[in-house]
Amino acid sequence: MLNKTLAELAKGLDQGEFSSVELTQAYLERIKREDSKYNSFITVTEELALIQATAADETRSAGKATFMTGLPIAHKDIFCTQGVRTSAGSKMLDNFVSPYDATVIRQFNAAGAVTLGKTNMDEFAMGSSNESSFYGPSRNPWNTDHVPGGSSGGSAAAIAAGLAPAATGTDTGGSIRQPAAFCNLTGLKPTYGRVSRYGMIAYASSLDQGGPMAQTAEDTAMMMNVMAGLDPLDSTSADRQVPDYTANLDKPLAGLKIGLPKEFFAASLNPEMATLIHAAVKEYEALGAAVKEVSLPNTALSVPAYYIIAPAEASSNLSRFDGVRYGYRCEDPKDLEDMYKRTRGEGFGTEVKRRIMVGTYALSEGFYDAYYKKAQQIRRLIQEDFVRVLSEVDVIMGPTTPTPAFKLGEKTSDPVEMYMEDIFTLSLNLAGLPGMSIPCGMNNGLPVGLQIIGNYFAEEKLLNVAHKFQQATDWHTQKPAGL
Amino acid sequence: MEWETVIGLEIHAQLATNTKIFSGASTAFGAEANTQACAVDLALPGTLPVFNESALRMAVMFGTAIDAEIGKVSVFDRKNYFYPDLPKGYQTSQLFYPIVGEGHIDIELEDGSTKRVGVTRAHLEEDAGKSLHEEFASQTGIDLNRAGTPLLEIVSEPDMRSAEEAVAYVKKIHALVTNLGICDGNMAEGSFRCDCNVSVRYKGEELGNRTETKNINSFRFIEKAIKGEVERQIDILEDGGRITQETRLYDADKDETRSMRSKEEANDYRYFPCPDLLPIVIDDEYIDAIRKALPELPDVRRTRFVDTYQLSAYDAGVLSAYKPLSDFFETVATISTDAKLSVNWVMGELSKHLNQHDTDIKNSPVSAQQLGGLLQRIKDNTISGNIAKKVFEAMWNEGGSADEIIEAKGLKQVTDTGAIEKIVDEVIANNQKQVDQYTAAEPDKRGKMIGFFMGQVMKASGGKANPGQVQGMMKQKLDALC
Repeated sequence: MLNKTLAELAKGLDQGEFSSVELTQAYLERIKREDSKYNSFITVTEELALIQATAADETRSAGKATFMTGLPIAHKDIFCTQGVRTSAGSKMLDNFVSPYDATVIRQFNAAGAVTLGKTNMDEFAMGSSNESSFYGPSRNPWNTDHVPGGSSGGSAAAIAAGLAPAATGTDTGGSIRQPAAFCNLTGLKPTYGRVSRYGMIAYASSLDQGGPMAQTAEDTAMMMNVMAGLDPLDSTSADRQVPDYTANLDKPLAGLKIGLPKEFFAASLNPEMATLIHAAVKEYEALGAAVKEVSLPNTALSVPAYYIIAPAEASSNLSRFDGVRYGYRCEDPKDLEDMYKRTRGEGFGTEVKRRIMVGTYALSEGFYDAYYKKAQQIRRLIQEDFVRVLSEVDVIMGPTTPTPAFKLGEKTSDPVEMYMEDIFTLSLNLAGLPGMSIPCGMNNGLPVGLQIIGNYFAEEKLLNVAHKFQQATDWHTQKPAGL
Repeated sequence: MEWETVIGLEIHAQLATNTKIFSGASTAFGAEANTQACAVDLALPGTLPVFNESALRMAVMFGTAIDAEIGKVSVFDRKNYFYPDLPKGYQTSQLFYPIVGEGHIDIELEDGSTKRVGVTRAHLEEDAGKSLHEEFASQTGIDLNRAGTPLLEIVSEPDMRSAEEAVAYVKKIHALVTNLGICDGNMAEGSFRCDCNVSVRYKGEELGNRTETKNINSFRFIEKAIKGEVERQIDILEDGGRITQETRLYDADKDETRSMRSKEEANDYRYFPCPDLLPIVIDDEYIDAIRKALPELPDVRRTRFVDTYQLSAYDAGVLSAYKPLSDFFETVATISTDAKLSVNWVMGELSKHLNQHDTDIKNSPVSAQQLGGLLQRIKDNTISGNIAKKVFEAMWNEGGSADEIIEAKGLKQVTDTGAIEKIVDEVIANNQKQVDQYTAAEPDKRGKMIGFFMGQVMKASGGKANPGQVQGMMKQKLDALC
């Protein structure tokens, strides 16, 4: 019963092939047996999972099951989960047991989903490789010498390794799409405001967005039906009707207009990957789509703009971790200043401290206009590029990443090289647009992701576009050796 | 050369919302520590603010009341600094686009003239919690009940030239916000506090370096702190020194200000727009609706009191400054149908009792209805003014209506002519010496001398004889002896 999609598992539960408790136990056993290889979970919530699975089975026998009832999933350890350690991958929150549920967690609980555990991630979602986690790096099931991507690397590794059929992630600059690409998964970063941020530990508030990671577009759509919607607890969540994301998955793509931004196929893109992307686009043409070249001239500016705005917001968002109320506190502080300095010096890892310092500097008196304000202006230019192009085409396609999964340690010595990993994904977060990554081929045994970008609140369209591709190809069904 | 003082004030008025500015926790004062702080107030990871619309409405009320521009688009910014009672490590405030722009308020000076003081801006922000240094040995307790309480920070232009002007301005703002019902004005509980920016210069010269004295919470302390600070600055300058731009604290016990931190130690607050909150966008319709629903403002009420009740400017000013007091007065005046008598009692006997018992008019044990009823009995000669004081005393201590107390204590005025005449005759018979003096005196001196006989009659009657009747009868009988 393992190695199945959510849709297949839902069917199995419905037809009584197995119970939610049996399914959950099977996953828990596999996690116990296999996860030492991948380090994809920070916390396995065995007890909670079995309680939820039992309740789900009862709901089902009472005839009240809905599509998510009894399906086990994993949550990125950035979503606060009541009674469960919620660490955000940081020593700072290693001892933090959340007294409340994030809205996303509440939504999945209400839908009857089962929480297998909390997945590994870059510390406070700052990273593209999962190597900045306090709990050690997660590993790519396709080749454990390689990273699974980040920051939602634990979620990606868990799904790819068959330790969870699907998982939640968050995407501030590519943190859902890049690990999905590296691990041969389908990941969706929704429009900013589509999914509530309440209870999702903030990295960069104006960029953070939660979303689903799964094996297929169909599963992703099922999860969106749970996650999307207005939340009165999040002032930035969108007051806009939520469609049934599964309703139009099969809509024919005839007449679909696809734009290929020339800047996404520049020199930094690995040529073998470029070939795979073009092949995928050919497949779309076969499905009736029309393709044209477009331009997003400010793409190159997205990295510097992002690395001002995100650290600036982070420097403020992470101020609450001061050792006063919860989380890590240094031993025997001499006085208040000593407590602040050592708590934050010892509690945060290198990359987090780097970004706090960059952000603090960018917001400082005398530098604000030159950095933060300028970055916001660039952000507007980037957004205008997209708005213009998306008035001409339905979707934009390109690579999710410039290269396939790199090796552990390969980019840790040069932070800027690591930042360049996100060149194709960052600009969407700056613009607030939705984007997906879907499997589109293999490069030296490692998966390659096709990125699909749509207009604001066009998730339904993106899922349709992704689903039709998955009906016509089988890249997404490929599993790492041994699975 | 003459020294000139330049004063600008920042007033923090706590808005009288039921819940906090960004969370659903209660704002009630005095609860057990940390029982009114929810996940958002504690700044738990992942929590987000949701703006309380009633704080907006109150800020707009204030803005329209001082004729200010209202920000159609106002934006919350984060003011970043570390302090243990600041849970998020930043205060959510409004720097770049405040809700209330430039406005003004008129103050009355002692010489009866009026001065216009500019209000630069007023913005919404959240309060911090409290650090409790005394209760824990070598540790600091943190109470976050107050964290997230909505504040309206009202910033004045540096238009005031003396401590007296500053106090007049603060009182005026206090009267306004309490009248609008947007702040309870309780200074002792910190609902209304003031930062004073003070500098001195030779008249006509450029502004000198200023100091800011923080969080002063009484009118008297504001006056004393400014006066002390002006003296200190002039002493330094006259000794050839320089004023350090710094933040100071007022120590009420020692009646002096002392340095808290200098400009060099000041924080770089790294303000930037709060990404968790959307800009507040309002339209003319919203503003007009609030303007139309504004209650009567203190200035308007003061004029009305003078015109309608013929009160003195002073009495009208005191009463109109505090809505509960003016409401109380108007109720008493309506019941008693005598505004002059009502103002004398409200400003006299009642205020004296309130002061002695350190009680606010809102908690007065004697209600406006009770006092009005008492004054009715004076008006209809049931009791004299002196007896009324006894009845009031009983009302204050034991409660009850004037009629009940008069009845129970047998204080009803004696108006029976026969009974009064008997006492008058006795007094004349028992005070031959004073009678002789009276008859010997020049006729125009006799008026004053009658007071003695009046007093004797009132004493003998236990204060119950009708003074008017006694006076007439006594004069008639004494004059007959001349």
